[in-house]
Amino acid sequence: MDILSLLGAGFEVALTPQNLFLALMGCFLGTLMGALPGLGPANGVAILIPIAFSLGLGPTPSLILLTSVYYGAMYGGRISSILLNIPGDEPAMMTCLDGYPMAKQGKAGEALSLSGVASFIGAFVATCGLVVLAPQLVKIALLFGPAEYFVLFTVAFATLGGITSTNQAKSAFAAALGLGIAMIGSDSQTGSQRFTFDHIHLYDGIDFLIAIVGLFALSEVFIFLEHHRSSIARKSETPKVGRILPDFKMILRCMPSIGRGTALGFFAGVLPGAGASLGSFLAYSLEKQSVDRAGDTFGKGDPRGVAAPEAGNNAASGGALVPMLALGVPGSGTTAVLLAVLLQLNITPGPLLFTKNPEVVWGLIAALFIGNFMLLAMNIPLVGLFTRVLMVPTRILMPVVAMISFVGIYSITGSTFDVMLMVGFGVAGWVLRKLEVPLVPVILGILLGNQMEVNLRRAMTISDGDWLTLVGSPLAIILWVIAITGFVLPMYFGRRVRARMESNRHE
Amino acid sequence: MEAEPGSASMQTIPKAKDSTMSDRIFGVFGLLLAIFYIWAATIIKDSFMVDVVGPRAFPYMVGAVLGISSLYFIFRPDDEPAWPLFRDFAEIVFAAAVMLLYAWALPEVGFLISTVFATAYLTWRLGTKPLWSLVTGVLTSGGIYVVFHLILGLSLAKGPLGF
Repeated sequence: MDILSLLGAGFEVALTPQNLFLALMGCFLGTLMGALPGLGPANGVAILIPIAFSLGLGPTPSLILLTSVYYGAMYGGRISSILLNIPGDEPAMMTCLDGYPMAKQGKAGEALSLSGVASFIGAFVATCGLVVLAPQLVKIALLFGPAEYFVLFTVAFATLGGITSTNQAKSAFAAALGLGIAMIGSDSQTGSQRFTFDHIHLYDGIDFLIAIVGLFALSEVFIFLEHHRSSIARKSETPKVGRILPDFKMILRCMPSIGRGTALGFFAGVLPGAGASLGSFLAYSLEKQSVDRAGDTFGKGDPRGVAAPEAGNNAASGGALVPMLALGVPGSGTTAVLLAVLLQLNITPGPLLFTKNPEVVWGLIAALFIGNFMLLAMNIPLVGLFTRVLMVPTRILMPVVAMISFVGIYSITGSTFDVMLMVGFGVAGWVLRKLEVPLVPVILGILLGNQMEVNLRRAMTISDGDWLTLVGSPLAIILWVIAITGFVLPMYFGRRVRARMESNRHE
Repeated sequence: MEAEPGSASMQTIPKAKDSTMSDRIFGVFGLLLAIFYIWAATIIKDSFMVDVVGPRAFPYMVGAVLGISSLYFIFRPDDEPAWPLFRDFAEIVFAAAVMLLYAWALPEVGFLISTVFATAYLTWRLGTKPLWSLVTGVLTSGGIYVVFHLILGLSLAKGPLGF
């Protein structure tokens, strides 16, 4: 079928009053959460999943709400980078480098409007890219059998640590931990009870929402408690925004930077193991290399140094949706959380989603286009509103976030045991973060564990117990090569890339 | 490109031996977890349905990855993370205890009352004056109750008093 007619049908879904309202709410809440330091897109979406679910929204409306939050958070991350020199989320780290100096020169308003436009272009182009690329990837994915799917999941885990990972053993440990937790409960193939130790609460397994909210949102609260003294200290700075209207000359001058940032970011988003942080890092460093070799203006408030990484990280967040929707395999923390949304709604992403539920996919994509325009409108004239939110002290904000997490989990499970389990995940998340064990593979393991096992067992049933079926097709072999390369490369380059990112930040 | 003075090389300088203990302890813990996991996998009972691989094979693989990566932590540990001082550490333990207490109290005394105290405690520990913490607690609890229960219709914990 023609992509344009599918997209047209998608707009019909997205343009209903309810869905427009949800997109608006999502964009607003997302920008808010992105702007708050510490509450990144993954946390924002994680806290809202149980709430969206217990509101009884249908699949498409919930998805529209939550992906709007995701896009909104990507826009919002830049606000605190520019005004406070504290990235609202990890991908916004590079925006600090030139954004904060601009703010110090009294050009915060220009920096905010410029980065708003850069975000818009990045996200818009990436959404177009998603429209074009996802159906192509679906065609490849339709060739996959159970064995290929098993290897594809392995690719996801092997590359998840990404090129910036400094310790692959910790990524592997995290993935195994998540997969191990996923095994708890009754076995989907034979019905045997596994790892439940006759404990009734465990018969249905551990709800992944409990793990996600605990590991992401609650562990953030613990991190804040640990550092509470330092967070009081920075209260004194009052961000001044200055003129908010965009400076069109400046934006026009930054267009080439935005273009390069967008292209790089999109590819970083689509590729496994890269994601938005690497997208904005690549966009910034390439921009520095190509327009400011001598290092005269970058890092001192060059508008191009704001435009490129912002376009990059927003394009990457759009690009990251390609593998998530087309293959059902997310490449980053936030898309893993979006996968949780789909699974919670009983929708299995992947090639079949495009043929079975086209209205979900295309309604979502249409909503992303609409959300983008809403975000542009919100982020240029209304940016002053969001900067005011930054004045709310974290000592009040964090407890509120914790309570909303509790409300969400309690309202869907209604069980004290599950709420306590969430606290347990929160503490475990804090310990793992201290030990630099990444949390995203844990989440992904819990989400994908059962599917990964089911595919393995199906493949083995088809081959009648012959393990060689896992390397039995050229496609599977290619995927193994990607998995092994993706796992081994960071052992050599991870430390270097990470060190460069850090040294840029602390210069 | 290559010369990034100080940054990359400084971080990889090995520190004194005792500064890698956390990872080693973590590795031992992980190894025990892996052994426990594999043992727990061996006692999975077969049901009347069977397939070629059975319900134990995948857990064995997972347990093996857990064990191997834990061994790596023991033999090639990372540098010591910045652990909090004892005081900050106690802070986290108490906060977790309050949250557990909160989970237990939810059905006992209801959402409104327990949320006031849980929020007030956390706000107080994050550096607000006690009286203001209580005010924040009341406002948060009331605010969440109005928005999520009265407007959005989420079911919150009901105590003996009905709220």
